[in-house]
Amino acid sequence: MEHRGLGWPRLPRLLELLAALAVQAVRASAIAAASPDLSLWPMPLSVQTTPRVLHLSPDNFFFGHSSTSKAGPSCSLLQEAFRRYYDYIFGFYKWHHGSADLRVGVELQQLQVSVVLDPECDTFPKISSDESYTLLVKGPVASLTANRVWGVLRGLETFSQLIYQDFYGTFTVNESNIVDSPRFPHRGILIDTSRHFLSIKSIFKTLDAMAFNKFNVLHWHIVDDPSFPYQSITFPGLSEKGSYSSSHVYTPNDVRMVIEYARLRGIRIVPEFDSPGHTQSWGAGQKDLLTPCYNGKDPSGAFGPINPIWNTTYSFLSKFFKEISTVFPDEFIHLGGDEVDFDCWASNPEIQDFMRDKGFGRNFKKLESFYMQVVLDMISAINKSSIVWQEVFDDASKLTPGTVIQVWKVEDYTREQSKVTEAGFPVILSAPWYLDWISYGQDWKKYYAVDPLSFEGSQEQKKLVIGGEACLWGEYVDATNLTPRLWPRASAVGERLWSHKDVRGLEDAYRRLTIHRCRMLRRGIAAEPVFTGYCDHEDRM
Amino acid sequence: MAGSALWFSLLLAAAFAGRAMALWPWPQYIQTSEQRYTIFPHTFQFQYHVSSAAQVGCSVLDEAFQRYRDLLFGSVSFHFPQPMGKRHMSEKNSLVILVVTPGCDQFPSLESVENYTLTVNDEQCFLLSETVWGALRGLETFSQLVWRSPEGTFYINKTEIEDFPRFPHRGLLLDTSRHYLPLASILDTLDVMAYNKFNVFHWHLVDDSSFPYESFTFPNLTKKGSYNPATHIYTAQDVKEVIEYARLRGIRVLAEFDTPGHTLSWGPGVPGLLTPCYSGSHPSGTFGPVNPALNNTYEFMSTFFLEISSVFPDFYLHLGGDEVDFTCWKSNPDIQAFMKKKGFGEDFKKLESFYIQTLLDIVSAYGKGYVVWQEVFDNKVKVQPDTVIQVWREEMPVRYTKEMELVTSAGFRALLSAPWYLNHITYGPDWKNIYMVEPLAFEGSPEQKALVIGGEACMWGEYVDSTNLVPRLWPRAGAVAERLWSNKMLTNLDFAYKRLAHFRCELLRRGVQAQPLSVGYCDVEFEQT
Repeated sequence: MEHRGLGWPRLPRLLELLAALAVQAVRASAIAAASPDLSLWPMPLSVQTTPRVLHLSPDNFFFGHSSTSKAGPSCSLLQEAFRRYYDYIFGFYKWHHGSADLRVGVELQQLQVSVVLDPECDTFPKISSDESYTLLVKGPVASLTANRVWGVLRGLETFSQLIYQDFYGTFTVNESNIVDSPRFPHRGILIDTSRHFLSIKSIFKTLDAMAFNKFNVLHWHIVDDPSFPYQSITFPGLSEKGSYSSSHVYTPNDVRMVIEYARLRGIRIVPEFDSPGHTQSWGAGQKDLLTPCYNGKDPSGAFGPINPIWNTTYSFLSKFFKEISTVFPDEFIHLGGDEVDFDCWASNPEIQDFMRDKGFGRNFKKLESFYMQVVLDMISAINKSSIVWQEVFDDASKLTPGTVIQVWKVEDYTREQSKVTEAGFPVILSAPWYLDWISYGQDWKKYYAVDPLSFEGSQEQKKLVIGGEACLWGEYVDATNLTPRLWPRASAVGERLWSHKDVRGLEDAYRRLTIHRCRMLRRGIAAEPVFTGYCDHEDRM
Repeated sequence: MAGSALWFSLLLAAAFAGRAMALWPWPQYIQTSEQRYTIFPHTFQFQYHVSSAAQVGCSVLDEAFQRYRDLLFGSVSFHFPQPMGKRHMSEKNSLVILVVTPGCDQFPSLESVENYTLTVNDEQCFLLSETVWGALRGLETFSQLVWRSPEGTFYINKTEIEDFPRFPHRGLLLDTSRHYLPLASILDTLDVMAYNKFNVFHWHLVDDSSFPYESFTFPNLTKKGSYNPATHIYTAQDVKEVIEYARLRGIRVLAEFDTPGHTLSWGPGVPGLLTPCYSGSHPSGTFGPVNPALNNTYEFMSTFFLEISSVFPDFYLHLGGDEVDFTCWKSNPDIQAFMKKKGFGEDFKKLESFYIQTLLDIVSAYGKGYVVWQEVFDNKVKVQPDTVIQVWREEMPVRYTKEMELVTSAGFRALLSAPWYLNHITYGPDWKNIYMVEPLAFEGSPEQKALVIGGEACMWGEYVDSTNLVPRLWPRAGAVAERLWSNKMLTNLDFAYKRLAHFRCELLRRGVQAQPLSVGYCDVEFEQT
C-alpha cells in the first residue's frame, strides 16, 4: 500500500485540476493520435502515455480498494464492476493468453481504486453526479481516483480500453496518466418499446454497450400509440388491454431489474409517458380517457388525444404519475407533449364548449398548454422534474421554469436551441441524432460532426444545454436489428457528448471507432462494421 | 392471358379467407377452403409413394423430411395433444411424396425442373413433382400451410396447389471479401434462401479487400491475401460443405472470381500478376488490375481456373469483369507498348476485351459456361453467344431497363440485379420498391423477354458482416424471391404486406433474425443471446 498517493496532487483539489486541464485537451488528443495502440472511445479530457509498457497476467492481476478509499468491498456496485471489467479485459482470452516466458518489463499487478468523497454506492446516479476520475497507470500498482463511484465506473471503462495484447498475446498497457470528466452531464440513448417490444435482455445489452460508450441516461419511451407494455400496479388494465400480448409486457419486477442493472453501470433511467398525443394504446384499458372524435354531430367511434377537459382525466393522471414517481427513482420524468393532433379535439362539441368557456377561441395550442401545465404542476407537486418535447415550449405562453426542453425537430434546430435557452430553459439536443433514419454509408460522420453548442447565444445560454440523446425510434426496429443499428453509430454521439469539443478529427475518430467497434464485438455487442475490414475475434459472436 | 388473369384474381379472393395467407412466395395456382384436417406430430410422417422414383435413401429428400419435421413440430414435441380414440377423416398422418424422375445425387442446374403439385383433401395428402428439386419446393410450401391453434393443435386446410417458378435463376449474392462471413452465416443464409425458394447462391468470394478462398494450387493467395490466414478463410472443406448444404436445399453455388479489376488482394500471393502503376517514369509502388500484357498472367489464370472448375460443380462460373479502372494501365510503359503492338491505339476497352476474351476461352475449354457483369457487354467484348450478362447498373451508362433491352436484343441471356442492391438502405418500407420491380418491363420482343433467366438480390459487403447481415437481408430479399417465383400479375402491396409480415414472424419462429416490416409484434420474438 506504500504506492498510494503516487505523487499525484492532493485529491480534494481534483476538480480544480480538471478545470485547469480542460485547456490542454487539444494537446492531449494530439498525443493520443501519435500512439497507434491507443484506441480510447470516447476520448478522455487529457491523456498522456509513454512508450514504457507494463504487462498484466490474468492470474496475478486484481482490482483493489485503496486503504484511504471511502468505498470498500462492501460497495457491491464496485465489486460487481471489478468482476465485469476483469472479464472484459481477460475473460475472453482465458484459454490462449501469452506465455509468461515472453513477458518483459514491469508487471502491473493491481488497479487500486480510491473514492475520495461519500461514494454514493447505494444511491442512484443523478444529473449532478460527479463522473470525473483520474487514472495513473504505472507498475506495479496503478491507481484510479474519483470523487464518487460514478467516476470509478467511467475510469474502469477507460482502464479496460488501455489494455491490449501484444504480438505474443501478452496483456500490455502503456504507462499513462489520464484526467477525465464529461463535457455534458446528460448523455442519453432513447429506445422505443411501444412500436416494437424489446425484451429486457435486449435492454440489458443496450445498457452494457451504453456503459462502454460512457452514456449515462436511458430515455425509455415505454408507451405510445401502438402498445402499452408498462404494467401499472394502480391501473393493471392499461397493459392488460393495451399491450400487444400478455408476453409483451414489463412487469414491476422487470422494471426494477432494468433500473438496478442501469444503476450498477452509472446509468439513469428516465421514463417517458408521452401525453396528451401518442396515447391510443391507453384508451383500451382506461375508459373515458381519450377524446371521442366526432363526425358532424355524432361520435365517429375513433379516439384522439387525451381529453383535457374532464376532471376524471386529471385524477387518473395524478394517481398514475404518483405511481410512476415511486417506481422510477430518477428526478426526471419525461412527459412527452409532442405532435398533438388538434383535429379530433376540434370535432368534439364538449371541447368546443370548453374552449369557449376558457376564452381559448379556436387556438388549440392554448388547450394543449392548459393540459400540459396541469400535468407539469402535478409532477412538481410530487417533487419531480419534467422533460418535454419542444412543442410544449413552442406552443406555450408560459411554462414552469426549469422544465427541460428536448429539441427534436431537425429543421432549424439551432435556432430552436437559441430560442429555448434565451427563454432560460435547459435543453437536451436530439434533432441531429435520430438514428432510426438510416442511409447508405458512413453516416456516423454526420452525427460526429454536430456540435451541440453551435447555436447563437450567450455563454449563459450555452450553459443551459445539459446534453443530448441519440434516438432510436421503433417503427422499424426490434430485437432483431436494434444492436447493429445502434452501435457503433451511437458511439459517435457518445464521444460528442463526453469529449472536449475540439476532439473532432475524422481520421483519428475513424481509426479509434473501428477498434472500439471490434472491442464491443468482443464483449458480445453485435455492433455493425464502420467500413470494409475485419476484427480479430469476430467469429465469436 | 386475359382469361388467366381472371382466374388468378378469383383465386386471390378465395385465398384471402384461408390460412394460405401465410404463403411466401405465392404459388402459381392455389385453391383452399375453410375445411381443415388435424395433424398429430407423433404419428405424422413423410412417406415415399410406392411408385416414386425417389425412395428411402434419397439423401436430398430424407434429410429434407427431417428438417421439415423439425421446422413444423420443433422442440415442443412433448406437449402435443395425443390423438384420442378412433381416427377421423379429418386427420392427416402423412404427406405422400411422388417424384417422377430418378436422381437424388446430382446437382441442381439452371435447367432443373422445380414444378410440383400439392393436394390436401379428404382422399389424400399428396405431393407430386417431376424432380427432387420440385419436391423440395413443395415441402416448403407444405410447411407454410400447416398452422397451429392457440390450444396447440396442428391443422392443415383443404388445399390444391399447382406451382412452378416464373424464372429459373433466382439468386442471392453474398460478398465474403469486404467482410469475412463465418461459415455458419453462409449456411444459415442457405436455409433462409430455401424458405424463400431462392435457388442460386452467388458467392462473390474474393475482391480487392481480401482473398479468403483457400486455393490448393496457389496457397499463397490466402496466406498473403486473406484478412487472417488462420481464421478468415474458406478451406476446401468449408467450400465442399457449402456446396453440399446448398445442394440438399436445391440451391446452386455460382462462384465468382472477379477479374481483371477488383483483384488487389490477389497481388501479394502472386507476384507479377497485377499491373504496377507508374508515377511518371517510375513505378509508384501501387498496383492496378491484373496485368493483361503478360503471358504469365494467362498461365496463372489457366491453372487457377482449372482448380475452380473442378471445385465448383455448377456449369456456370461468374467471371466478374466490372469496374475496370484504366488509369493504372495507362500509366504503365509495358502496357503502353503492348497496346501499340496490338494496335489498340488509346482504347483501353480493347485491352480489357482482349483480357476477358482470353479468359473466357480458357474457361470455355474447361467445359464451363459463364456469367459476367454488364461492362463486358457494354465494352463490346466478343463473347460466346451463350454468355449470361448480369445487369447491375441502375442509371449509367443507360437506365437498367434500357440495358436489359440492349443485352437481349443482342441475343444474350440476362440476369437482373440493378434494382435489387439490398446493401443500399433507406428509412422505411423499401421492400415495396424492391417488390414492385418487374424484370420484363423493358421494350422488347417476346423472344427478348424469354432471354431473361431471372435475377439476383445483392448484398455487397462494404458495411455488412455477420453482425447485421441477417436483419438487413430478411425479409427484404423475400420481396425479390416472390417477384422471381410468382406470377407477374401479383402486384397488390396490401396482399404482399399481410403475407410478408406473417412470413417474417414465421422466420422468427424458425430462428431467423429477420427485421420488422412495420410497427407490430410476433407471437415468437427474436431472443437476444
